[in-house]
Parts: sequence; structure tokens; C-alpha cells
Amino acid sequence: MALTVADLKKGEKGIIKEISLDEIPIKLFEMGCLPGNEIELIQHAPFQDPLYLNINGSYLAIRKETALHITIDVIDHNISGV
Amino acid sequence: MSKQIKVALIGNPNTGKTSVFNQLTGLNHKVGNYPGITVEKKEGICKLPRGVKAHILDLPGTYSLNATSLDENVVIELLLNKKDKDFPDVAMVITDVENLKRNLLLFTQIKDLKIPTILVINMADRMRRKGITLDIPLLEEKLKTKIAVVSTRKNEGIDRIKELILDYKNVSSEPCVNASVIDVEYFEGLKNAFPNQDVYKLWLVITQDVNFVNLDRNLVKDASSFSTKPKSELKRLQQKETIYRYQFINGVLKEGYKLDMNAAKGFRASLDKVLTHKIWGYVIFFMILLIIFQAIYDWSSYPMDFIDATFASFSEWAKETLPSGAFTNLIAEGIIPGLGGIVIFIPQIAFLFLFIAVLEETGYMSRVVFLMDRSMRKFGLSGKSVVPLISGTACAIPAVMATRNIENWKERLITILVTPFTTCSARLPVYLIIIALVIPDQRFFGMNLQGLTLMLLYLLGFVMAVVSSWILNKALKIKSRSFFVVEMPNYKIPLLKNVVYTVVEKTKSFVFGAGKIILAISIVLWFLASNGPTDDFTNAEEIVKNKYSEASVGQSVSETDMENEIASFKLQNSYIGILGKGIEPLIQPLGYDWKIGIALVSSFAAREVFVGTLATIYSVGSDDEQTIKSRMGSEVNVLTGGKLFNLASGISLLLFYAFAMQCMSTLAIVKRETNSWKWPLGQLFIMTGFAYVVALIAYQVLK
Repeated sequence: MALTVADLKKGEKGIIKEISLDEIPIKLFEMGCLPGNEIELIQHAPFQDPLYLNINGSYLAIRKETALHITIDVIDHNISGV
Repeated sequence: MSKQIKVALIGNPNTGKTSVFNQLTGLNHKVGNYPGITVEKKEGICKLPRGVKAHILDLPGTYSLNATSLDENVVIELLLNKKDKDFPDVAMVITDVENLKRNLLLFTQIKDLKIPTILVINMADRMRRKGITLDIPLLEEKLKTKIAVVSTRKNEGIDRIKELILDYKNVSSEPCVNASVIDVEYFEGLKNAFPNQDVYKLWLVITQDVNFVNLDRNLVKDASSFSTKPKSELKRLQQKETIYRYQFINGVLKEGYKLDMNAAKGFRASLDKVLTHKIWGYVIFFMILLIIFQAIYDWSSYPMDFIDATFASFSEWAKETLPSGAFTNLIAEGIIPGLGGIVIFIPQIAFLFLFIAVLEETGYMSRVVFLMDRSMRKFGLSGKSVVPLISGTACAIPAVMATRNIENWKERLITILVTPFTTCSARLPVYLIIIALVIPDQRFFGMNLQGLTLMLLYLLGFVMAVVSSWILNKALKIKSRSFFVVEMPNYKIPLLKNVVYTVVEKTKSFVFGAGKIILAISIVLWFLASNGPTDDFTNAEEIVKNKYSEASVGQSVSETDMENEIASFKLQNSYIGILGKGIEPLIQPLGYDWKIGIALVSSFAAREVFVGTLATIYSVGSDDEQTIKSRMGSEVNVLTGGKLFNLASGISLLLFYAFAMQCMSTLAIVKRETNSWKWPLGQLFIMTGFAYVVALIAYQVLK
């Protein structure tokens, strides 16, 4: 199964591979959530939801249900958050 | 009026747009609403060199020209409508130097509308610390614009903005991206179908997808006749457009924007670690809430007592100094107490707005939204509902307006519907006076019983809000996708100027908005209480005196008793007395008499009128200096012969006021925000019906 943003661990980064257009608000891709861009999980709220992300330089919080529709390639396993 | 240059300020949220606006206009600005909708409209005058003036319009923050909220819709509606009286001569896009890439997306869209556009790069004071360098001439050339690099925090660069506005005729109106390349065929088709319109404008109109309010769209009336694409296809194109724009922006910034990664980061991360922490985050949030409540209910009591006393003595003074007559009575018994009833809320409202403004300005509010979202969602609310629910403790009107940034219609609607349950400051005077009358001033396990009751009432309001959201969430069958995107802005030290302006503006709009209604009601009430339809009213004095001289042989009646008797008889036969008597059968089972009935009826306009009404009712025609509290305390229930305000009727009243929808202004705002009468009327009947039933049960059980 493809990895999604919801699978990221704190401090991990990924490259956005694909986003499900029907599930993602336009606003999110205007904020830089587009294929090819880097995404980093900064922090989870309690119960892993919502997610606090750095998407291509924009700091955003989105819900897990949205994060599930953004598939990624994880690029950095070991770097923990700054 | 001399010709003014019309400037529209546009920009993403959190770019310091408001600061730029405040710097340009100073105190020469006013805040209002757009006609027909409650979206804030800020405009002001900016003095430019050579005696020229600019009219500055501050538009709501928006991320792009694809509206996802009513606020954003305003921006698009304005920019698409050349005939609008506010249509700008020049647009000014405010950007944050750290988020330039994303901010430029909006900039390139506005350029596509062929409006001359100035680019303002704000927060320049952060550049060195973040290791950013800009090649301004290159950026100006590539983006086809004029750039002002400013720091509102250090008051730098504002003169450059003014120069650019003055020289706006030399600002290019040429687009920098050609959006139609994303689907040449489709855009060709559009151009042919509407030869007189701008293609990008058409594209924006077609793709707007706002489920908030159906605003009329006059621009392309027959857009539906054009064979448009299915929604999913349009969305794909929008994504393509966004990618295309970012490609252009990335290309420009690659040359004109250098970032030294080593210099960046730090402060934000460490503060976030604490403020969004699983435990500490909540602890800090609740501490802040505690301080806010402390301020609203404790600190503000000093200025409130002062205002109260001042107005009381002012009224006394007016009565004594002005020549006696109907007009003086109107001033002393109607207008001055009415005004006092509004002014007294200023300290509380100002404190609340002060805190909210500071929390918003620092960027902390977004962290609260982040922390609270998950738990609020269980009840059909959103993390963004926290702000309205907190604001609701001051006043439901700004609270309902604060729901505008909730993207999900269902969550927004539920928030709007339940907010009036939170205990607003207008309930406070009612609570305070009734608690003082019916709850003994005793300690119970070291807690003051009266204070405990007040706290319980606040909790009750909050619990009701949550429970009713839960019910509404189950009951409302609205298909609305739960999109939730919150920007987590950089932490900032709030600018005093911005905070002060916000507090002054919001307080002013409360005072004038709610104030008008309260004042009008006070005057109407006074009139209705001072006039009656029959001879019984006009001849009250004789009738009462005759009655006494006939019936009470040997019984001496004191002067004051006689006066009270006359006043009471007069009131019973006044218009308002007749009205109160009329509804008495309905409210008797709750333990109220007709005088309370009058107060209930009048406080359907606004709850705080309750105390004022009773004050008016008890003071009409009587001159003694008794306080309203002791007057209420000595009222007798004619049916039972006991005190009118006893534990049973008191609790019944408290509960009624806790639940009933008694605020016309809120209903009006809900109507505007939901664009339908269905929701405010539903609120009115369901809340008030529930309040009636609960109050009835409470009285019958306790009696």
C-alpha cells in the first residue's frame, strides 16, 4: 500500500507523489501541496490528529482524513525535527 | 469631493496587511460591513505628498482568487466588478518576505485581471535574521510591477508605498502568467462565447465554488449556457493552473530570492514544542482562559461599578436640575439609564477583545485551533469553533461573525446555532441581581454559594452548547465535506497599535450596534409605562386616594405607601401594564407576575434590558432612593402571599435566562450569516421553548 502523509512520523519528510483531487481542497494545493513538493511532519495533536505540517515552506495543520489522500515517498528516516 | 486614488489592499492572512493599513491610514479609518453581508469592511484615507489623497480599502485576507469562504468571496466579487464604486485604481498585494513564494500566487492571479498592481514585501526586518536577500530590480522586471520593501514593525518603507500609490499610472497592468495555456482549447471556446469579457475573469466566475451564501453573480449571467466542464475536470484544471503559476514563481524566485538555510529556523520550533504539547499545551490554554475570565468578571467590575454609580447620579442630577415635565422624565428615567445599560458593558467587552486580539496577533490562536480540533469534532464542531465559543462569553454577535473562517458549512452552522447558549455578558446583570435576591450569601464547603451558582450557570451554558451541537450533528443531514486547513503563522510580538485599534473598533461596533436597540427599547418602554389608554391611568391619583379614604377609615396610610400605591396602580393601567397582564396566565406557572412579564417581553429584544425594565417599572412615578434590588426583594406574590422572588421563582428565572433566545441583534446576525430565516427562527422557538419547559419544571418542583 502506498505511503501517505498520515504515515509520517514526527520530524520525517517526504516528497508528494500524488494527491486525490476529489478529496483535497483547492486551498491546500494553493498552499503548495502539489506533486513534487516536500512535506514535513512537525507535530501531531493528541490522538494523531490533526497534523501540523510544513508543506513547501507553508506551515499548516490538516486533518488526518485529508492527509490520507496525499501519497508520498519518504525521504528521510532519521532526521528528527529541528 | 476631490478625486481620490482608490487603492485595494489584498493579501494572504498573516502577512501584516492590517499593520500596513493602520500605518497608511492612522486613525482616519472606519469599519463597517459590506451592504447586505456581515463581512468587515475597513476603509480609510491616506494623505499623500502634494495634497493628494488615497482611499484605502482593506479587503479580507485571502489565499487566492478561488473563494473558499465568504470573506474571500468579497475580494473576488469586488475585483471582478469594474462597476463597483470601490473598484480599485490600483491593487496592492501585501506579502510576507518569509512566505513570498506562496504569497506570490495570489499576486499573479490579480495581475491576470489586468489591474495595476503594486507588490509590498512586508516584514523586511526579519530578512537578515532569516538570511534572505532580494534582488528588487530583477523581481520588478520579472513580475512586471513596482515593489515596496517595508517593515511595519520598524515603520520603514511606508513612504515608498505612498510614492508608488501617487505614481500608480506608471504601474503595469500587464499579466505575468498566461493562465490560458493550461487548456488552450477550452479558453479559446470561452473567449468566443463571451467576446467582450476578459478570459481570466470568466474562468474565475466559472470555477467559483462557494457553498456559504448564494451571492448574485451578475457578471456572466448566461455562463450556464456555455458548455462548461464537469466539476472534477474544472478542479483538475485549477490544480494545473496552480502548478503552472508556481513554476513561474519558482523560476522568478530562483534568481531574485536567496535564502541562507543556516540562518533560518529556531524560535518557532521551540515555542511550538511547549504550546502544542500534549499536556502542557492544554495546561497553558486553560490557564489563559482562566486569566481571561478573571479579567472579564473580576478586574472589569471596578470600572463597571464606577460607570454604574456615575450614571445613577447623572440621572438623579438630571431629575433635579432640569425643569420637571415629561421630557425631563424621558431623559432621567428612559435615556440615561438606557445609555448606562450599554456603557456598563464596555469594560468586559474591551477586555475580551483585548485578549482575543493579542492571542490572534501573536499567532497563538492557531495553536489552540490545532489542539482543540479533535475533541471539538466529536460534537460536530471544529477547532475553529473555539474562538466563537470564547467570544460568546462577551457577546454572541461578534462570536457568530467569528465563525466565518470555518470552511465546513455544517460545522459553521452548528457553531452559529449553539453559540447563543454560552453565557454572554448580557445575562450577567440578570444573574447577579437574581442570585443576590434568592441565593443566601453563605459558605458551602468554603465556597460562596452565590459565586458557586454563578459558576454553575456558566458551566450550564457551555454544557448546553456542547450537548446541542452533538444533537445537531446527529440531526442535521447536511452533506458537507470536512475540509480543515489552518495556517500556523509565525509567532510575533503583537503591535500595540494594531491591538488598540482592534479593541477600539470592536467595542465601538458593539456599543453602537447593540446600543441603538437597547436605547430605543428603553425609550419605548418608558413611553409605554408613562402612558395609558384609559381614564384609570390619567386619574390614577384621585382613584387611589378615593379608594383609601372610603375603605380605610381609621387606618393611617403613610405618604410613601400612598405614592407607591398610586405608582403601582398607574403602572397596571399603562400600556405596558396591560400587556404584562395579558401574558400573565402564560407565565404564572413559572412563578412570575405581570411585572416580570413586562421585563420578559422587553428582554426578548436584549436580555440586559431585564434589569433596566424592572428599574423603569418600579421607579416610574416614585422618587424614593431604594435600590432596584431592595424593591425587587420586597415584591409580594399576590397568589401565594409570599415573596415574589423566592428560591423557586428565582431558579426558574435563572434557567429561563440561561436558555431562552432573547437577543434580536443575534437573530439578525444569524439571519445574515446563514442567509435564511429558517435558522434564527428555529433558534428562537427551540431555545425559548426549552427554556420555558425547564423553568416550568424547576418552579413546580421547588415551589
